[in-house]
Amino acid sequence: MSKLEYRAIQELKYKSGQIDRRTFVRSLLATGVALPSALSLAGQAAAATPKSGGLFRMGVGHGSTTDTLDSATSENHFTLINGYTFGNHLTEVNNDGQLVGELAESYESDDGQKWIFNLRQGVEFHNGKTMTSEDVVASFNHHMGEDSTSAAKGLLTAVESLKADGKNRVIFDLKSPNADFPFIVSDYHISIRPAGDMASGVGTGGYIVQNFEPGVKSVLKRNPNYWKEGRAHFDEVQLISIVDPTARQTALMNGDIDAMDRVDLKTINLFKRNPNVNIMEVTGTAHYTFPMRLNVDPFGDYDLRMALKHSIKRQELVDKVLLGYGAVGNDHPISTANRYHNSDLPQREFDADKAAFHYKKSGHSGKIPLSAADSAFAGAVDAAQLIANSASEAGIEIEVVREPNDGYWSNVWNNDAKGWCACYWGGRPTEDWMFSAAYTNDTEWNDTNWKGTDGSKKFNALVIEARAELDDTKRREIYYECQSLISDDGGSIVPLFNSYVSANSKSIATDDQVAANWDSDGAKCVERWWFA
Amino acid sequence: MGIATLFVVSIIIFSSIEYLPGDFAKNILGQAATEETTAAFRRELGLDQPAVLRYGQWVAAVVQGDLGTSFSGRNASGVDRSRQVVDLIAPRLRNTLFLASLAAVVAVPLSLLLGISTALYRNSVYDRSVNMTTLTTISFPEFFVAYILILFLASLYPVFPSLANVDAETPLGERFYRAALPALTLTLVIVAHMMRMTRAAIINLLASPYIQMARLSGASPTEVILKHALPNAWAPIATVIAFNLAYLVVGVVVVEVVFVYPGIGQLMVDAVASRDIPVVQGCALIFAMTYIILNLIADIIGILTNPRLLHPK
Repeated sequence: MSKLEYRAIQELKYKSGQIDRRTFVRSLLATGVALPSALSLAGQAAAATPKSGGLFRMGVGHGSTTDTLDSATSENHFTLINGYTFGNHLTEVNNDGQLVGELAESYESDDGQKWIFNLRQGVEFHNGKTMTSEDVVASFNHHMGEDSTSAAKGLLTAVESLKADGKNRVIFDLKSPNADFPFIVSDYHISIRPAGDMASGVGTGGYIVQNFEPGVKSVLKRNPNYWKEGRAHFDEVQLISIVDPTARQTALMNGDIDAMDRVDLKTINLFKRNPNVNIMEVTGTAHYTFPMRLNVDPFGDYDLRMALKHSIKRQELVDKVLLGYGAVGNDHPISTANRYHNSDLPQREFDADKAAFHYKKSGHSGKIPLSAADSAFAGAVDAAQLIANSASEAGIEIEVVREPNDGYWSNVWNNDAKGWCACYWGGRPTEDWMFSAAYTNDTEWNDTNWKGTDGSKKFNALVIEARAELDDTKRREIYYECQSLISDDGGSIVPLFNSYVSANSKSIATDDQVAANWDSDGAKCVERWWFA
Repeated sequence: MGIATLFVVSIIIFSSIEYLPGDFAKNILGQAATEETTAAFRRELGLDQPAVLRYGQWVAAVVQGDLGTSFSGRNASGVDRSRQVVDLIAPRLRNTLFLASLAAVVAVPLSLLLGISTALYRNSVYDRSVNMTTLTTISFPEFFVAYILILFLASLYPVFPSLANVDAETPLGERFYRAALPALTLTLVIVAHMMRMTRAAIINLLASPYIQMARLSGASPTEVILKHALPNAWAPIATVIAFNLAYLVVGVVVVEVVFVYPGIGQLMVDAVASRDIPVVQGCALIFAMTYIILNLIADIIGILTNPRLLHPK
């Protein structure tokens, strides 16, 4: 037995409680580990072993009286976290970013068009009913009907039909091949509920809803029959809606809550000094954009778009608008948290000469209006001012138009009345999903109206090709090209990706890696975290 | 008279909501709103009908005690889980009334006591320091007073919690404990107004001939104020108290936000933000009713304590 094997065995024994800390440290010393390292290894081993118990209180910066337990209307972070706490989905993105089966034990497809999901057996809903294929079919139909108002309706338009094949298997027939379909079914809207009861909050998740007051709180207790191993450690959970960031931070500092999302970046440096507070930062897929509408003058001109793309000081925006809690973007929506992020694409920088060159070539003169309001994202107006400043160095005049917060998303964004505005995208876990949400020619949220140009035609063809491509290397190549097409020809300026910044008390322990697909460990912190 | 006012108020509420920009269907569906789903939603909520018709239906229902159903919690796939506006408002209103009464129980006797005693010892050091303190607390914005209290009573010396999120199942003792800081904030904010009005009303009367007569007949200063001046000062004092109590019910949204207290003010702000029209209308109506009823009570007290008005010629 080698030293390393011996160490591993001793660590297992220590974690499972067969030997005490002293014996463990002594055995490490015996294998030649110095005392300080041995102590810290013991600490790590202890921290990595989840302990169960306790009441976990989380302050969530969202929540409104219009919230429901019906996942079809889930639209904010409170319902998202709550939904993931009491419900499961066919698949999930785990804490290291990989897609794994959740209620589906496995899934397969030969052509990307017909998908077979084999369900986990013996999983029980909170009401005692055993989950079967019938429930899965009903849960999907909930989002798909003709007059469904589900927010996931658009996601599932690709599904031609689905049917149960026996009790433990569901078969989906898609209209066209989609290699990412297993990712789509992990969407937080598509929670699996018992047939005939989509709305009352009965799920298969690690916690059972005890009391749900929309806009106030959700009280849950541990599901003693939870099927998932090594998850759901807390005994009781309270999700409290605390929309005011100051109140949220005060509550965490005073120990009234154990964790919170959305730290106010303006006060983060003071907040960090509190000895009881841990700041957690992950770069996710969320990003800020400035979409230019190609059908509105003067943004139809390639050179003008190029000029503007070159007249932005990206790092300055990250430093000033996000106070450093973010990363620069490269004018496409795919983040480093995505699987096929194109790292070969050269980073676009501020370049007054190039900007002036393209600007001159476009032949445009006069002020270019840029609409912004802080409802697009916090600091959008400031960001627009910074862009106007840096563009003026290249001789481009930008006029920042301050829009009212109210009704911003219906009157300004994605509206031909405004050619260029500030916008926020939560990002999507897959490339195809992000592209088909905002960049392909068939989506209603193509907020740049990027259609008809050569680049766009090529892009649309590539996206369809990639969807059917099951080979990983080929998909990577295609998606790399898609990103470069958006970055060059597309109408969107994507200068920054904002990090998810959350905070928790030092008594909270997590896995070494936390998920980046959503804030708070992929919004699954409740079942993934524990009290150290 | 009160009912007529209420009717006028209902028209104002309804028409001002009509002019709110934005649209509930688009709001609840968020970025996910497509033409189709929006239209389906609007049809279901009856938003495609003319405003006058909707107003008529609303008033007819309200008169029967039905505030309608909230716009939220609906979906077109058959299950309607929207909540009755009454069910939404009731627990919030109960919380608000609890907080308001807690603040009032402390603030009203306190300000009367301070008002009377400062009138009694007017221009003394005591009078000046009480005036100065209460004026200081009223001069700061509510959220500032709230944060100062949090700093001292929750962070530095953890006596009370900074989160006041009570729910229907919170036991009474815990409720008092959790609502202590918000109630204290509100007390500090309203005491000055009531106390100074009490003091002014009494001092005003002290110059009257009948008070001089009472003094000449040998009554002590305390007796003069309590027995002779106070009964005639009740009318203005009652009006000010009514005004402040109404404020405690309708105007405390800032304090609710700071302490995360689930009161009716937050409910209304949420409802306005999401264009949940029935809830906004219900809250506005309740606020109007609070003002009207409290003012009515103040008027009645004014009449009852004034023999001239009680027995008109």
